[in-house]
Amino acid sequence: MTQMPDVEQLLKQMEADLRSVLERRGVTEPVVIGIRTGGVWLAEQLNQRLGLSAPLGELDISFYRDDFSRIGLNPKVTPSSLPFDTEGRHIVLVDDVMMSGRTIRAAMNEIFDYGRPASIILATLVDLGARELPIQPDVTGQTLSLSPNQRVKLRGPDPLTIELREFQ
Amino acid sequence: MTAQDSPTRSLQLTEEGQLRHFLTLDGLNRALLTDILDTADSFIEVGERSIKKVPLLRGRTVVNLFFESSTRTRSTFELAAKRLSADVLNLDINTSATSKGESLSDTLLNLEAMASDMFVVRHSQSGAPHFIAESVTPGVAIINAGDGRHAHPTQAMLDMLTIRQHKGRFEGLKVAIVGDVLHSRVARSQIRALQELGVAQVRVIAPATLLPRDVEALGCRVEYDMARGMKDLDVVIMLRLQKERMEGALLPSEREFYRLYGLNQEKLGLADPECIVMHPGPINRGVEIESAVADGPQSVILDQVTNGIAIRMAVMSMAMGGQMADRNRQSAERNAL
Repeated sequence: MTQMPDVEQLLKQMEADLRSVLERRGVTEPVVIGIRTGGVWLAEQLNQRLGLSAPLGELDISFYRDDFSRIGLNPKVTPSSLPFDTEGRHIVLVDDVMMSGRTIRAAMNEIFDYGRPASIILATLVDLGARELPIQPDVTGQTLSLSPNQRVKLRGPDPLTIELREFQ
Repeated sequence: MTAQDSPTRSLQLTEEGQLRHFLTLDGLNRALLTDILDTADSFIEVGERSIKKVPLLRGRTVVNLFFESSTRTRSTFELAAKRLSADVLNLDINTSATSKGESLSDTLLNLEAMASDMFVVRHSQSGAPHFIAESVTPGVAIINAGDGRHAHPTQAMLDMLTIRQHKGRFEGLKVAIVGDVLHSRVARSQIRALQELGVAQVRVIAPATLLPRDVEALGCRVEYDMARGMKDLDVVIMLRLQKERMEGALLPSEREFYRLYGLNQEKLGLADPECIVMHPGPINRGVEIESAVADGPQSVILDQVTNGIAIRMAVMSMAMGGQMADRNRQSAERNAL
């Protein structure tokens, strides 16, 4: 059975990597946006660890999903909240599990409807590497290789743990 | 047969309980009504962005099929469809093919041949949207924008959204609907929604000439005296006097109606101090409502207009989503055979 990584350790690594990316790009005051639900939990942690003063943004990408024509609207949609002006800002976009890249594409489309950011840095806790679109994270906690019948889910918000699910 | 398995329910809901059409609130349970309100809540935020659009209905064609004129309802439906990125066609049917003798069925066939995905229908005859939903090609969603005296479900839902926004709940609330209940298509939908969402009491306040005969069967408390009816109210919904629908003299005079049933500061003072005032518009100032009340701090009339767009975005996207999910399920079943 695949051993699930410890979230606390991954967050430490992500914090260090993010600091390094921000420094390299000369970004001093980024704003952090989490994708609901797991991405928001992680974004809260990273915002705190990086000592950023701006409030946290929360995205619900339900209105931007490209599978609306197949499965309809997510009945549990909640309003996105970006309590700052995104125009010209450097954004750190955070999600828990990255797989196809479609969620990130939807999130970026949504962010651009609030204004044109200066840049977006993508941070994901786990990368499953099953990309269907040419989108790569700048910071990753860990890359996992799962068998086709396995998925991971972030449980939280306190404590944050990664759960492995197996399908028959 | 219960409302839950009524023919209307099976027509407007998919097997999984998703909206397919939005014709009436009859047969829709509290969970689904709450889903509509929650989805609409999320769409309110879209209206506050610099780009007030989401891509849900991109590439879909919505036809506003108005057999009866209505500026406000049509413009909010149009705006809702555009904010969902749909292409919108507005048809004022009075000046189009039907006035040249074309039947309703032929008009619909032509519109379907233009690959329309949704019809928003307003009609002076009760049941017209229902008839269209029964005869339309599978995959095309029908939204009722008001039919005869029967229903105006999106107006009722935008009222529910406004009440929830200002009161935070439905349980325990006392709500009154005041005025021309007889000619109002929205009153029936409002009563149905309020009761399903769990308000403590629905009152109707009107002269007997402006009440439908079966009003007590709807489970409302009927008051002919406005002062008694206003007591302890949390929400008062004023209705427009639909003079254009009145056949014969149902009122002594507008002045008399205002004296007895018009909402002024004095009568509003009898309600709970936090009571909110609603009106579907357009307002006849000095007939149904005093200007000071319509523009006063307890009025939420303009919030109703804003919420109207969000509710219409919610039902349009939910119905279109239901149609698509339905179509995919059917094609998966066909492939499995």
